[in-house]
Amino acid sequence: MLTREQEYAVEVEDLTVIYHEKPVLWDVDLRVPTGVVMAIVGPNGSGKTTLIKTILGLIKPAAGHVSILGRSYNQRRQVVGYVPQRNSVDWDFPTTVLDVVMMGRYGALGWIRRPGKAEKQQAHEALEKVGMSKFAHRQISQLSGGQQQRVFLARALVQDALIYFMDEPFQGVDAVTERAIITILKELKALGKTLIVVHHDLQTVTEYFDWVMMLNVRAIAYGPVKDVFNEQKLQMTYGGRTPFLNVVVAEKNAGNM
Amino acid sequence: MLEYIKTFFTDYTVRNVALGSALLGILSGALGVYAVLRKRSLVGDAISHAALPGIALAFMLTQSRSPLILLAGAFVAGWIGMLMVSGVVNISRIKDDTALGIILSVFFGFGLVLLTFIQKIPDARQAGLDKYLFGQAATLMQGDVILMAILSAVSFLMMYLFWKEFKLLTFDPNYGSSLGFPMRLIDIMQITLIVIAIVIGLQTVGVVLMSAMIIAPAAAARQWTDRLFMMVLLSALFGAFAGVSGALLSSTTSKLPTGPVIVLVITIIVIFSMLFAPNRGIVWKYFQFHRHKMRITMQTVLLELYYLSIKHNYRTKSYSLTLLQAITPDRIGVKKNLRELERRGWVRLFGSSEWALTDAGFEHAQKITEKTSQE
Repeated sequence: MLTREQEYAVEVEDLTVIYHEKPVLWDVDLRVPTGVVMAIVGPNGSGKTTLIKTILGLIKPAAGHVSILGRSYNQRRQVVGYVPQRNSVDWDFPTTVLDVVMMGRYGALGWIRRPGKAEKQQAHEALEKVGMSKFAHRQISQLSGGQQQRVFLARALVQDALIYFMDEPFQGVDAVTERAIITILKELKALGKTLIVVHHDLQTVTEYFDWVMMLNVRAIAYGPVKDVFNEQKLQMTYGGRTPFLNVVVAEKNAGNM
Repeated sequence: MLEYIKTFFTDYTVRNVALGSALLGILSGALGVYAVLRKRSLVGDAISHAALPGIALAFMLTQSRSPLILLAGAFVAGWIGMLMVSGVVNISRIKDDTALGIILSVFFGFGLVLLTFIQKIPDARQAGLDKYLFGQAATLMQGDVILMAILSAVSFLMMYLFWKEFKLLTFDPNYGSSLGFPMRLIDIMQITLIVIAIVIGLQTVGVVLMSAMIIAPAAAARQWTDRLFMMVLLSALFGAFAGVSGALLSSTTSKLPTGPVIVLVITIIVIFSMLFAPNRGIVWKYFQFHRHKMRITMQTVLLELYYLSIKHNYRTKSYSLTLLQAITPDRIGVKKNLRELERRGWVRLFGSSEWALTDAGFEHAQKITEKTSQE
């Protein structure tokens, strides 16, 4: 039987992040059960990326507490995979696709040890999964946006984690990449992994995810999509300024009938 | 040239100068790659300028002119300067480039004040510290070169051991942090190596121009390769070449300051690389563009002939140049294109200006249309 700690893949308590005297996250609570595929949605500047980065220990919170499977991030980092926004790096860096994917093994390798045959093999397998085998020895500056995204996904896959954080993986990608990502998400879910994905397209939330968190500096709501993804909560999140919300909710209701 | 080689083996000074400047070029070239790839080229400038007060203070405290002591002072000052830059960035809203600029000018100004002060002390043996401003290769002693060699060896060992960590820091530090690497520590390690590389070069190149040895070799190397290892290797080579040729020129010609000559040599390498490197070079790109354009217009002319001959149901019927020019959008290039097509055996010239497809040309055009209709 699972202990109470292990029930939750990610647990966030009273998390507050302040940047230049302005709160970016305010008193956020979140409990994500293991095996859930969760979207984080919210308007621009609502703190979605900040939340992920704070959970990963990249940003120091002003207050609050984060735990991964009941322990601190540092104790659990071996089971956490991360897909940053693809424009967070310079793709003109002089290296190959394979080399970038192998970076996913660096954490397991630790200091000084270099990736070897086993790591290369894992990288090739991950590239196969995201449909990028042909590009293994390509210089990374020759990739399209979607291909860059798939390389980052492959890099996270070789981490062989239990919990994955993905920052806007669907942002500006082509149809092939979108399908590839969805396939991977489904595979990972089938393996019982927990996925937390910053997402911007409300239209596809019901289709791709089973949980959703609505964030606008404060946590407006989180839980199973069918329970919390409704017009009232969306308006609280987006301030009712977005007319397409009604359409989304109407579609969702139609789908539920 | 032969003269240089001969003096290299016989002349003590020339040998020291050549070895010393080779070492400085190799090390600053290799480590400069990280500064350039991290878009922190100004770091080199800030460190070298920040080193000046360290040199002056080291002299004032010890009254020694030994390069070992003065460069130790430079190292400490350069390092403190870098720590202060990240300190300023962390505790205020001032951005990286501004912080670098502030530290650079404050430290350099302070260094100049100290230097002037030292020169006014009677009996300060006129320390000759001002040679650290523009560098003077001829002052390199065997002991200095040995010290440089040891420091370079240690730096390269570090680069080798932490190759993977430095790559992670340069490409994606946040990701590295999420993997559990203490990126701040790795950053400090890398900066320390860059400080060492700069300090090694101060005696030869000088405070004012040393940053060029961090930036220029790496910028030139980037033009020629798409692999990090090759880039480090090339950058080290360019640095060494510039260092040696510049230092030898200046130490064999009187009144030629070393730093500026070395920087001129590396600048020539940079300009050449910017212009002529394959893929990234300006000239290469220019020719690539025109080759591409030529291929497209050539194809257009060939296809015009093809469509005409299909319309007239006669494969190798000839048409006048005037007609072809009239129906082709880019009329000026038509004649040139026809000549090129003739060279490939796809068209033939009849009389003075009548052009017709050959059988091979007809088939080639057919292939092109099939291919485009498939897509």
